[in-house]
Amino acid sequence: MKNHYTATAKSLHWVMAVLIIGLLALGFYMQDLPLSPEKLKLYSWHKWAGVTAFLLVLVRLAWRAGHRPPPLPASMPKPLQLAAHGGHLALYGLMLAMPLSGWLMSSAKGFQTVWFGLLPIPDLLAKDKALGDLLQNVHATLAVLFVLILVGHVAAALKHHFIDRDDILTRMLPARPTEN
Amino acid sequence: MKHALSTLALLAALSPLSAGAVEYNQVLPAKSSVAFTYQQMGVAVDGQFRKFSGQLSFDPAKPTAARVSFDVELASVDTGAPEGDAEVAGKPWFNTAAFPVARFVSSGVKALGGNRYEVPGKLTIKGRTQDVIVPATFTAQGASGVFEGAFTLRRADFAIGEGSWAKFDIVANDVRLKFRIAASGK
Repeated sequence: MKNHYTATAKSLHWVMAVLIIGLLALGFYMQDLPLSPEKLKLYSWHKWAGVTAFLLVLVRLAWRAGHRPPPLPASMPKPLQLAAHGGHLALYGLMLAMPLSGWLMSSAKGFQTVWFGLLPIPDLLAKDKALGDLLQNVHATLAVLFVLILVGHVAAALKHHFIDRDDILTRMLPARPTEN
Repeated sequence: MKHALSTLALLAALSPLSAGAVEYNQVLPAKSSVAFTYQQMGVAVDGQFRKFSGQLSFDPAKPTAARVSFDVELASVDTGAPEGDAEVAGKPWFNTAAFPVARFVSSGVKALGGNRYEVPGKLTIKGRTQDVIVPATFTAQGASGVFEGAFTLRRADFAIGEGSWAKFDIVANDVRLKFRIAASGK
């Protein structure tokens, strides 16, 4: 079995890494700002980027379904292999749940999401303040969970590289020769 | 004889209620609404005012004699978000401390045929007065009647949203006002 990711998988991984870290940072930053034109602008950008991330994760899942990722090193203990798979599953789940909860929250709060100010995303929920506040809590809680799991993801990759000295990190890096 | 005739004429002039006519003159706030829609970076956002009052007299048989004066309590705004409500009460927006009320006073009524009317008048918000023409339909519903209509005003005409909000890239200039005013008659 090939021991590397396809160029497409690598591209999707790194584009989404930048997008997701940006979305999380922006999300935590903007929520405490006093109301201002800047704040409304940042909220719009956050929503546009969130829709983009959601579409990218769909592309990524479709690609993943047709391209098995390289296996974990056989030297890895079974419990750690399970933890790695569980962590990746959680990341995919959060990549879906974050934009979905944000979209539903926006609907319930009465602020429709219009992608790049041009393409209206239908409101699945009617305006409902209590539901909007609940979904805001869900969105914020998932964001904290996302940060924790991302920290674990990065820490695990660094551990593989610097302590286990395997190719887990390098096989996702763009420098490595790839084929599709 | 001459005296009696002029008394009759005076009585007729003073009595708007000819036989069978109904004059609608009591606004029913619970059955009325004043809502608005504006664009925020391409997103249509809805809001409303919860408190308003008005004086009107409208006889469908003599629409051109109708008059209306309508007050909206600006602090009763519901922008859809509590921080938005607090923001628009402040100085850059409505400045409700200095200008608590938006007032429309009609200067006449034009019947357009059917149940459609045009009501020109003066709209005063935040100390600034503009001439506006408010289109309205009237529908009698049992003992009460309903006036409905919508018109667009430009917030900049009334200095609503000053300073950092003055540009229209985030919050558009156009604000669509939609009203439904129910009134009872007698």
